[in-house]
Amino acid sequence: MVSLLWLIPALPLAGFVLLLLLGKRIGEPFSGWIGTATVAGSFVTALVVFAGLWNEPEHTYSLTLFGWMAAGRFSVDIGFLLDPLSMAMILFITGIAALIHLYSIGYMHGDSRFPRFFTYLNLFVFSMLMLVMGDNLVLTFLGWEGVGACSYFLISFWFEKDANASAGKKAFITNRVGDWGFMVGTFAVFFAFGTVKYVEFLPNASGLAQTTATFIILMLFIGAMGKSAQIPLFIWLPDAMAGPTPVSALIHAATMVTAGVYLMVRVNPIIAASASWLPWVIAGIGVATAFLAATIAIAQTDIKKVLAYSTVSQLGYMFLAVGVGGYSAAVFHMITHAFFKACMFLGSGSVIHGMSDEQDMRRMGALRKVMPITAITFIIGWLAIAGVPPFSGFWSKDDILAYALHKSVVLYVIGLITALLTAFYMSRQVFMVFYGKANWGESHGAELANKLAHETASADGDGHVDEAGDAHVGAHADDHAGHSVHPHESPRTMTIPLIVLAFFAAIAGLLNLPFTENLEFLNRWLEPVVGATQTKLHLSGGQLAFELITSSVVALLGISIAYAVYLKHKVDARKIELPLFANGWYIDSTITNFMGGLGRKGFELIAMFDKVVIDGAVNGVARATRGGAMRLRTVQSGYVRWYALMIGVGAVVIVAFVLSQVSFS
Amino acid sequence: MSPNLPLAYLALSAILFAIGGVGLLVRRNPLVMIMCVELMLNAVNLTFVTFGKMLDDISGQVIVFFVMVVAAAEVVIGLALIVALARRRPDANADDLRLLRG
Repeated sequence: MVSLLWLIPALPLAGFVLLLLLGKRIGEPFSGWIGTATVAGSFVTALVVFAGLWNEPEHTYSLTLFGWMAAGRFSVDIGFLLDPLSMAMILFITGIAALIHLYSIGYMHGDSRFPRFFTYLNLFVFSMLMLVMGDNLVLTFLGWEGVGACSYFLISFWFEKDANASAGKKAFITNRVGDWGFMVGTFAVFFAFGTVKYVEFLPNASGLAQTTATFIILMLFIGAMGKSAQIPLFIWLPDAMAGPTPVSALIHAATMVTAGVYLMVRVNPIIAASASWLPWVIAGIGVATAFLAATIAIAQTDIKKVLAYSTVSQLGYMFLAVGVGGYSAAVFHMITHAFFKACMFLGSGSVIHGMSDEQDMRRMGALRKVMPITAITFIIGWLAIAGVPPFSGFWSKDDILAYALHKSVVLYVIGLITALLTAFYMSRQVFMVFYGKANWGESHGAELANKLAHETASADGDGHVDEAGDAHVGAHADDHAGHSVHPHESPRTMTIPLIVLAFFAAIAGLLNLPFTENLEFLNRWLEPVVGATQTKLHLSGGQLAFELITSSVVALLGISIAYAVYLKHKVDARKIELPLFANGWYIDSTITNFMGGLGRKGFELIAMFDKVVIDGAVNGVARATRGGAMRLRTVQSGYVRWYALMIGVGAVVIVAFVLSQVSFS
Repeated sequence: MSPNLPLAYLALSAILFAIGGVGLLVRRNPLVMIMCVELMLNAVNLTFVTFGKMLDDISGQVIVFFVMVVAAAEVVIGLALIVALARRRPDANADDLRLLRG
């Protein structure tokens, strides 16, 4: 059964090829059903393989299909490594991807490039599966680049609008910075071990020189920072929301952005062999990202931007878990996050769909009455991410915080503050969208449109570079000024995935309950991969109770503050939504200003250097050669007697030289 | 054979060589220039023979045959060029033929 493994990526690949060649002819909606069927087929295969994997020794199985490239000592195979880690990834990737494909049939209904969308989605699922299943770094890199390319295609799927196209470019270029790190890391691995195959080098990691291990991990971590949107490479993810919402849910929340976390967990033996400060760097960047993104999410008004920054923040938690040695906690949070964030993104898509492409939360409100299913599923996702027991996010976040406390109190406290902020901004979103009074409809439409148009104009004047969001608000202010919006519940292809995801978002905590060892299924399942290097936690009942109660209190506190501010209006929201947060700590505009001002001067200086020194050297040599030749060519006078004389003189000189060297003794 | 006789031959060949060289440099008639070259070649031949005799080494005389073969080949090409030139530009001298100057 387990040898069916190759079918898992093969099915989406087949779907991709079929849709690529015949997509236009198949058309809507069958191309969508084909895309969904292939991914659902992968999911079923994954379940079968999962059942088979139980009987394998150490739950590990590898399959080599064929040799890919060989050059001297370097050889790469197309081969799959199935172990508890990749199995866990495969299951949730294919499962969630199948649901999101189904959802997309409803969401993309009527789009002129409907088949193309599913072509890309299938290619993405194939690449993502190659990433997690590849048995060597190069194959993982193939998947890594594949998902990056698909992400680019799908962010700028509606490329007619400039903002979308440039958001795609931004994502691609930012990711390239990370990819550089991945490549250098791969080279370093080959240099150190002579192989790039996981099963061949990971067991030998403990024999590695500490400096080498540190270098490898630093480089791979740069790759992970790019793909998983960590400081300073997180700037692309919020703009990636320009893509269709199912893309945001699948690629920019549930699966692709977790690739960096996967990579870090995969190479955990090398992390164990590296310098002791390195985990601090990873944990520090993770917790800083979590905190920073959470503060930005507080003040966003675009429904998808809040979720985007929240994703960045949750990914920060996962890196915190990696840094403090809680690999299974990172994977646990990755899985629960995939469920609740996919659920909420799809929920926001449902809202956007129902509101006729409105994304501004200030123009929503009281939607729970008109969109009951969306509202209930979204609320479950909210409770999960806010960390309310017994929803899944509570358990996974608490697991990470327990490891963080074991490492350092500072990390724990920042993690807790971030949890408070998370509960706050997610509650804010839910209250603004589903509760309160309705801000849509005829009377509000015109009034708010004027206000927004005004604000947009002034925001642009500030040199604010957030084009995707603002352009959107501006466009909609014009669109909706005249007519009213009639929100409605979405079709069944969209609500069924929502219900399934909400169900898992509620119960996924059962995977790894911290009460007894027997309940920690995920921990035990991942034991063969991370067991040797994972930090051992032995919490007493009191410690566990303290942590669980603290987390619950923090979550409820965040929700109550949001309740007081956004439903009871006891505090002016503008006191909390600081411009600093709304503008993302001015990171984007700082980069733009730097690149436009000082950076540009720097580039001009470099261009000048290029022109004067480099070009000068090249052209100088050419000019000198030319000048010399102009003078030398007069030697060729064309007079035969002149040549004869030169031959004679030359002969005399040579003979004289030889005579001077030879001694006749 | 008087001991100074070989030196006389060498002196003669040096004189012939110098006449040929100066002729090559100062004359402009291509035919005369080729004759000067021949004169120089034969001056060298005379030197070879003299040295072969002086040093009692046959190879000095052997080389002369090689030089004569080369000279014959050279004359063939040179005369062919001169004939071709004379047909095209009957009154041209060597200095007029400098189209390939730099």
